Amino acid sequence: MRRRVLPGFGLSLGFAVAYLGLIVLLPLSALAWKASDIGASGILRLFSSPRTWAALKLSFGGAFLAACINVVIGLMVTWALVRYRFPGRRILDALIDLPFALPTAVAGIALTAIYAPNGWLGHWLVPLGIKVAYTPLGVLLAMVFVSFPFVVRTLQPVLQSLERDVEDAAESLGATGTQTFLRVVLPTLVPTLLTGFALALARAAGEYGSVIFIAGNIPLRSEIAPLLIVQRLEEFDYATAAALGVVMLAFSLTLLILISAVQRWTQRWAEQPA
Amino acid sequence: MRLRPTLLALVATIMATPAMAKDVTLLNVSYDPTRELYKAVNAAFVADWKTKHGDTVTIQMSHGGSGKQARAVVDGLPADVVTLALAYDIDAVSDRGLLAKDWQTRLPDNASPYTSTIVFLVRKGNPKAIHDWGDLVKEGVQVVTPNPKTSGGARWNFLAAWGYALKLPAGNDDKAKAFVKTLFQHVPVLDTGARGATNTFTQRGIGDVLIAWENEALLAKKEPGGDQYDVVIPSVTILAEPPVAVVDKNAAEHGTREVADAYVKFLYSPQAQDIEAQNFYRPRSPEVAAKYAAQFPKVKTFTLAEVFGDWRKAQAKFFAEGAIFDQIGPGN
Repeated sequence: MRRRVLPGFGLSLGFAVAYLGLIVLLPLSALAWKASDIGASGILRLFSSPRTWAALKLSFGGAFLAACINVVIGLMVTWALVRYRFPGRRILDALIDLPFALPTAVAGIALTAIYAPNGWLGHWLVPLGIKVAYTPLGVLLAMVFVSFPFVVRTLQPVLQSLERDVEDAAESLGATGTQTFLRVVLPTLVPTLLTGFALALARAAGEYGSVIFIAGNIPLRSEIAPLLIVQRLEEFDYATAAALGVVMLAFSLTLLILISAVQRWTQRWAEQPA
Repeated sequence: MRLRPTLLALVATIMATPAMAKDVTLLNVSYDPTRELYKAVNAAFVADWKTKHGDTVTIQMSHGGSGKQARAVVDGLPADVVTLALAYDIDAVSDRGLLAKDWQTRLPDNASPYTSTIVFLVRKGNPKAIHDWGDLVKEGVQVVTPNPKTSGGARWNFLAAWGYALKLPAGNDDKAKAFVKTLFQHVPVLDTGARGATNTFTQRGIGDVLIAWENEALLAKKEPGGDQYDVVIPSVTILAEPPVAVVDKNAAEHGTREVADAYVKFLYSPQAQDIEAQNFYRPRSPEVAAKYAAQFPKVKTFTLAEVFGDWRKAQAKFFAEGAIFDQIGPGN
């Protein structure tokens, strides 16, 4: 190992491992340990239940869609914030973080109040046949809300450091707007967009506080996976609750690994000379 | 030597008073809708104890969903007293060895100083003409009730509906099952708790009828905008008995046994019974009940014990994983 200017590789690595162990791995291994109580038959029962699958599908499917929406909208919002100067820009910038600061229950209640059949938007939408509150659409909306800042905040510094000259150069070499965006700008942003996507996905999949108010919580239709965990806890069935937790973790972990693989692949693709 | 015991007692009192005049803190872990009730009861008990013993008692409260509260106590929340929505939750605490198995026989009336019942809250003027359980499954009627898997109150609602169907002429378990299944097909939103369901009905305008604790329904009517609703008493319903108990192990550890015992007994006193009635809980005392007769209309009730045996049996039959609610609840 080459000597670094700043000392302390051993110290910092040791600290990182110890800290992660204490804060992340210890509770997770306790979870796995508890989950092992239910045994093979318990796991089989869990997986053969259509309710488990419906809830996982809603939580992860909803989170996937929410992350997709946030990537597209997040890119547009970040572009506007970074590339243009307009009155109220700083206020808009500050607004982005609000979903982080707001207690999720407050967000859930506010969204429900607006989209309920007697709410500000709900009483216009419901007669048109668009039901948001107490449907899977409401779940999606809450997920989009809580995970929105991730894409913007990961993308912002990268977009700021992306020199405008590059676009000008592309243009002067005869590229059209679309070509410049697709072949020059986007490739540099894709790895960051994927990071934002992964963060948003992970956040939305595990979301309980805000979703629970707007979901309606009808089994097989609008019941999220974390609610199933809460129900098992109410039955003092800690082992099954823990097992469901482990299943959610496994799903999230798989998705995060996949995203990180795609990210490495796109980075190589971006670095290749065109 | 007749004086001796008296003298001894006197000496003991003098010796003990400075040591005894201490500040005692009790933690009462309760369920959601009892906030207003225990605020009033605690003030009365603190004053009562001060005059009788000279000690200052401070009572801390913790409120939340009944099952969640029981779990918190199991996991170490140092409750001296638990006052929950249903006996099953205190059974769960007792299963973990925190209090004696026979806790429910240690106090009168199944350890429930006050009762409530399950009634309907409907929109002003009762536009859907809902008068009894059978009307809840009429075409176009939407019913709001929380999820029995996560709400103690909702379990009482479920059992009340089941008991109604069972007590119909030629009623049996199969018919009750069919009735409750149809009932839940009329439920558009399953909130996780009783307060949430009340809000869905009152604030969000969802549903034609809310199945609720009588105390919640009467409280909702008293709040601003309460004139938008009417309370409907069904032909028959369940007598809900929210129980109380001293958590033996914690009280012994904190040295609060004496105060905790006095506190739960105080809930049966005429003074506390009056406060309970003021907060819309039906008092056990016939005298206090007579005083509040106008507030609590006569209602035909059955108890859990009469129809379902006990909470452990009811829980296993209806609400455990894969049990009847999972088979017939919404989504099926």
